[in-house]
Amino acid sequence: MKISTLKRHVREGAKNLIRNSWMTVAAVGAVTTTLVLVAAFLILILNLNQIAENIESDAEIRAFLELNTSDEEVESVGNEIEGISQVTNYQFSSKEEELENLIDDLGEEGESWELFEQDNPLNHVYVIQTEEAEDLSPVADQIGQIDKVESVEYGSETVDRLLQFNQYARYIGIGFIAALLLTAIFLISNTIKMTINARSEEIGIMRLVGAKNSFIRGPFFVEGLLTGVIGSIIPVTAVLVGYHFLYVNLNDRLNFQFIELLPWNPFAWQLSLMLLGIGAFIGIWGSVMSVRKFLRI
Amino acid sequence: MIEMENVHKVYDNGVTALSGVTTKVEDGEFVYVVGQSGAGKSSFIKLMYHEEVPSDGKVQINHVDVGNIKKRQVPYLRRSIGVIYQDFKLLPKMTAYENVAFALEVIEENPRKIRRRVMEVLDKVGLKHKARFIPAQLSGGEQQRVAIARAIVNNPKIVIADEPTGNLDPDTSWEIMRIFEEVNDTGTTVIMATHSREIVNTIRKRVIAMENGQVVRDEHRGEYGYED
Ligand SMILES: Nc1ncnc2c1ncn2[C@@H]1O[C@H](COP(=O)(O)OP(=O)(O)OP(=O)(O)O)[C@@H](O)[C@H]1O
Ligand SMILES: [Mg+2]
Repeated sequence: MKISTLKRHVREGAKNLIRNSWMTVAAVGAVTTTLVLVAAFLILILNLNQIAENIESDAEIRAFLELNTSDEEVESVGNEIEGISQVTNYQFSSKEEELENLIDDLGEEGESWELFEQDNPLNHVYVIQTEEAEDLSPVADQIGQIDKVESVEYGSETVDRLLQFNQYARYIGIGFIAALLLTAIFLISNTIKMTINARSEEIGIMRLVGAKNSFIRGPFFVEGLLTGVIGSIIPVTAVLVGYHFLYVNLNDRLNFQFIELLPWNPFAWQLSLMLLGIGAFIGIWGSVMSVRKFLRI
Repeated sequence: MIEMENVHKVYDNGVTALSGVTTKVEDGEFVYVVGQSGAGKSSFIKLMYHEEVPSDGKVQINHVDVGNIKKRQVPYLRRSIGVIYQDFKLLPKMTAYENVAFALEVIEENPRKIRRRVMEVLDKVGLKHKARFIPAQLSGGEQQRVAIARAIVNNPKIVIADEPTGNLDPDTSWEIMRIFEEVNDTGTTVIMATHSREIVNTIRKRVIAMENGQVVRDEHRGEYGYED
């Protein structure tokens, strides 16, 4: 294709948007609506995912062994833990290692703890990870029953509450997906139907004048691309402004250690770019699909 | 050279439009196709640029069987033939200028040449001053002239016109005929279906007369020959 032909398609595509102004408004509206929903959905899902990841990576069970536990007993407790099917990983951390970690964690202050090196007051610990955060609570209970395990610790309260919230939010997310897809499909197919009759005649004429299918498709492609880009202006602006607002206001209020929204920069920019891409794709797809039927004859 | 060999055309609804047409048109000829409404003139013409394909028989243009060409070759066939349709077939949302330019855009002619050539042709059909009008803003005769401009803009070797003077007043009709003669003088084959007794009897050319889908008369410098 020559550059001049490319220019012609761009010019023709832009003109078509103006010529079919009502269709343009409807199609841009369809893209905008879809993208607003996509944006809301993605903000929700990606943040939830982030939270869930935080929970899952932070979530571990610490099983403290009784102070008088012998080496053999340590090993047998380890074997029992290994036998629990939901356990994906477990490490033994001796009381000496625990003390070292503590000293490291405390930094300057930690030096005073070095005195305890001779008479260590800490317990041996097993650190256990499970595949699913949901398994933490039952596995912790099970480990608590094991002989020589003094106590079990995991962020039970927070984890349980968050998991429940997360579950709930995922349902909402699925609801969003359904609404989103239905809306997009409905709006786009409707818009296409609106113009199909007028355009089938035009396409027929173009073919009679000797236009190849690719030539006919050219302006439609441009039209779709422009529709998608114009349709994403509002959603992108809304994301850049709205997410900033959300981030500033919500992050202060949600003062849990696990809940932290994805930072505005780069998340809002990445999301904007994604919306632009999805918009362009929907626009091009809808537009090119609308001519496809007439190019097959 | 256009050759038809025992061509039949039966439409999907069972109507027989052509039954056994055999004829030959040499390069550079000027041919009128006459006959009553429904005689099969448009069908005869449509076979030449693959708008319709023969149900039986063969249509050849320069020894190419145009009824049997591959789908992707159809655009090339149509670019080599300038067609003026009975119902104009102008693109409704494009201006007169854009409609004519379209025929050159599809062959990726360079933009400067397109501009020059389109204005030249619009001038020839007397519509230079209405270049920016869309079809709905033009009279029937003006639309027909845009269609003529589009058909000849690409200097095709064959020009086919289906009643190109059907909507024109006598003066404009003669003007248009002058354009066709001019085009014909440069060696282009012109095939023209018409109901105009006056034109056929005045500008004498070969006449192919059709009746019930058959060629009933074919004479050089012929007459219109029947009562409407
Ligand atoms: N697409 C079609 N489908 C079915 N029948 C058709 C079709 N086109 C034409 N016909 C029929 O074929 C016959 C010949 O039609 P055609 O258009 O070739 O006549 P014509 O000589 O051009 O008439 P006119 O002078 O009115 O233009 C008519 O009986 C018409 O009804
Ligand atoms: Mg006809």
